[in-house]
Amino acid sequence: MSTANTLEPNVASHVAMGSTRFPLQPSVLFELGSRGLCGASLPASDVPRLRREDVVPAELLADQPPPLPEIGELDVVRHYKRLSHRCFSVDENFYPLGSCTMKYNPRVNERVAGLEGFAHLHPYQDEGDVQGMLELLFRLRSDLAEIAGLPEVTLQPAAGAHGEMTALMVINAYHRSRGEHRTVVLAPDSAHGTNPASCTSCGATHVSVRSKEDGRVDMDDLRAKVDANTAALMITNPNTVGVFDEQIADIAKVIHAAGAQLYLDGANMNAILGITRPGDFGVDCMHFNTHKTFSTPHGGGGPGAGPVAVAEHLRPFLPVPQVIQRKDGTFGWCDDRPASIGKVRSFYGQIGVLVRAYTYIRSLGHDGLRDVAQKAVLASNYVAAKLKHRYSMPFPPPYAHEFIMVPRFDNSGVTEHDVAKRLIDHGIHPPTMSWPIHHCLMIEPTETESIHTLNHFVDAMLSIADEIEQNPDVVRTAPHTAPVKRLDEVGATRKPYVRWKPAD
Amino acid sequence: MRFTQFTGDEVQEALGAVGVDSMESLFAPIPDSLRLKRDLNIPAGVSELELLRDAKSLADKNDDCSKLTCFLGAGAYDHFIPTVVDALAGQSEFLTAYTPYQAEASQGILQLFFEFQTLVCQLTGMDIANASMYEVASAAAEAVGMARTINGRRRALVAQTVHPDTRRVLQTYADSQDLEIVVLPDRDGVVDERALEGALDDSMAAVVLQSPNLFGCVERLDRIIDEVHAHGALAIVATDPIAGGVLKPPGAFDADIVVAEGQALGVPLQYGGPYLGLLAGREKYLRKMPGRLVGMSKDRDGRRGFCLVLQTREQHIKRERATSNICTNEGLLAVRAAVHTAAMGRCGISTVASQCFDKAHYAAAEIAKLDGFELRFAAPFFKEFVVRTTRDVTTVLGKCREAGILGGVALKRIDDRFDDCFLVAVTEKRTKGEMDALVAALKGA
Repeated sequence: MSTANTLEPNVASHVAMGSTRFPLQPSVLFELGSRGLCGASLPASDVPRLRREDVVPAELLADQPPPLPEIGELDVVRHYKRLSHRCFSVDENFYPLGSCTMKYNPRVNERVAGLEGFAHLHPYQDEGDVQGMLELLFRLRSDLAEIAGLPEVTLQPAAGAHGEMTALMVINAYHRSRGEHRTVVLAPDSAHGTNPASCTSCGATHVSVRSKEDGRVDMDDLRAKVDANTAALMITNPNTVGVFDEQIADIAKVIHAAGAQLYLDGANMNAILGITRPGDFGVDCMHFNTHKTFSTPHGGGGPGAGPVAVAEHLRPFLPVPQVIQRKDGTFGWCDDRPASIGKVRSFYGQIGVLVRAYTYIRSLGHDGLRDVAQKAVLASNYVAAKLKHRYSMPFPPPYAHEFIMVPRFDNSGVTEHDVAKRLIDHGIHPPTMSWPIHHCLMIEPTETESIHTLNHFVDAMLSIADEIEQNPDVVRTAPHTAPVKRLDEVGATRKPYVRWKPAD
Repeated sequence: MRFTQFTGDEVQEALGAVGVDSMESLFAPIPDSLRLKRDLNIPAGVSELELLRDAKSLADKNDDCSKLTCFLGAGAYDHFIPTVVDALAGQSEFLTAYTPYQAEASQGILQLFFEFQTLVCQLTGMDIANASMYEVASAAAEAVGMARTINGRRRALVAQTVHPDTRRVLQTYADSQDLEIVVLPDRDGVVDERALEGALDDSMAAVVLQSPNLFGCVERLDRIIDEVHAHGALAIVATDPIAGGVLKPPGAFDADIVVAEGQALGVPLQYGGPYLGLLAGREKYLRKMPGRLVGMSKDRDGRRGFCLVLQTREQHIKRERATSNICTNEGLLAVRAAVHTAAMGRCGISTVASQCFDKAHYAAAEIAKLDGFELRFAAPFFKEFVVRTTRDVTTVLGKCREAGILGGVALKRIDDRFDDCFLVAVTEKRTKGEMDALVAALKGA
């Protein structure tokens, strides 16, 4: 076999990346252009030019323009076009990225969010000018409440972690209103990193609860750790190992008996849409990740939105303002909530993202949402079944929307990181790795992939399993088709170079 | 609409491969008692055509700034966005990419964030910047948390001239973090510098300022920051990222942390979000910064490449000991801001800033000539100013609205001390004709 064939798997239509389209190393923006160029066109001013010194103290005036690049429009276009070729994206690649729900982002969402009437509303326009927008937000609020099985929703938080923090603040306010000061927040050891970080952001102490070997919460450990100082348990269900913890109703009882609150991290809602509702299994409070469950694009890491749904007793503490429908049928903002925690974000929230989430929910409807959960769970179990002969499955099926597997490394010297990097050569984005158990891969195919794509992924994983046995070096040195080889991430952190400096 | 792709036969094939006979078996772990035994009370799915009809009927109930002439500001501005911003930032390779944890598969977006960080430094006059926060208010709250980590103090002094949303968000964060917020009073539209010295002591972690401030006025950062530093506190300044075309950026006055609302850099108004928070600081605070940071590095063949750096500050590694809980940031908005700033460049940003400045001053002068209207403050301003009127503010703005003009933000909406005032913002997009129409509408009110 030739080297080239060994290094580059048969990627067929799944060509790894624009590296083949554009093999050259792109310039850094600051290497482009010439003094005096401008990539934008502005009209001449139609008012007199003021002498700045006449109205602003000289000490405060800029003595020169900001030292920004000067590049013509075509070269600006080429630059960003070239950069776009060096990204994996859901539109080109399969992303079996556990816990991240990288489903297809329907184009129609973008079209709706861009409609005149939505895209160019100013946040301080009078309510009379924005009735359609407020009606949309009110409908979304109602839909999310129904999906959660909880009576009220705030749309204000800007992302999932921001929703977690908001929810913890709401829970704290609730305890304080009862004259209690509870400082400990529990979370299973398999929790997302944002959970403990959100605890700290809210001034709470995080205590980890053990998971059993089967991935479920260890009830004995939970009972041992819950006491009068427990503010809440943050739980993800189905959890991060892809298992629905059927003890959830009992967990809720233990938590509630201690006067604490049960919080659900909604990251994995995709698996249960229309099947079961958090409010029905004892949850007091939860957040949604619209960029996971409701198909709003990840955008290279945002913008997200993290709406929070709460039970009746937490309602008074939600952020203000809240979108409401008035008695006369019109929509508006209500600031009258004296016990509110206040605001967590400017204005009203990630409105453009929420418009996309609304569009998605309206597209699918109750029937389509249930179909999402079914197909997401089917895809995950299908892939797991196809791989179980070559990869270790630490937890027994059936799985929810994602599952955990561990490559058989034997003495090959290959790590899960190498396996992940080798997938890049197959045009597949690496899965989540090394968490929540050592050496694992967390696979979440999502409901939108065809069986053909799933089969392509299975084939890739099987060929990598072969390579680990027969040709481990090719895995250890992957990727081979990306525009760069593995980067010196350790060196980059030891001596961080985070800003272009002209002398370089 | 459905975006799933399994046919009925393929469902059977997949179930067969799993070794179960029904979809139901896959959900067996969910106890029957917890199941939803009915359909969600949400309308059934619709086709794309029906969906677009529904969306358009909602959109048509709104009157937006493409129909109306917008003089509204107070933190969100109707600036011109070059066509290339939508064209390039809308590319699905950026739109549908994940957070660039996998460097080899994400070089494009990583390089873009690295360049974004540099552009933010160039706009603010600072050493380092992160790859974005949610928006300016939570960025300010994170900055205060950062200051507290740096000097271990537990109070923050926040100027009354900082946008009330930012102040409210700071208060919300502070309430849950055992942090005390103290208000620094204002006088004539700017920080009361005489009150500053009395308010500062060695318990103050930071002083939060905004310039241009809520009222559009330019603060005396040259004097204030020196005073702040004299007491060992950090100076956190919220600014307008385009103001550097006319005014010295906060970095020039030795600010320690600069935050800004990046919306002015190519982000549509969108009824208040998503926007993006900029956060920049001094090099020495690099390891205390919240949020994602991208660095330039080399691959094993010595080629230039980019990767996330200092991830040990972040929640996915450090969990409860992270510098912040932030995970998702505003990646796609950072793309927009980067493309916008690159296309505008040195000349474009200066032109935008200059025209905002000249046009705002033209409009202010014309309005001040009217009977019953005057400028509320004498302090210098950038693109926004406060008008006081002897008439009823709601009526006056209602008259403007009848003429198709959003004449300003009634100040009592955001600061109840000023119920006879409104705030007028003028961007480079406004023409002399539009400003004259505003003046005419006010005159007839």
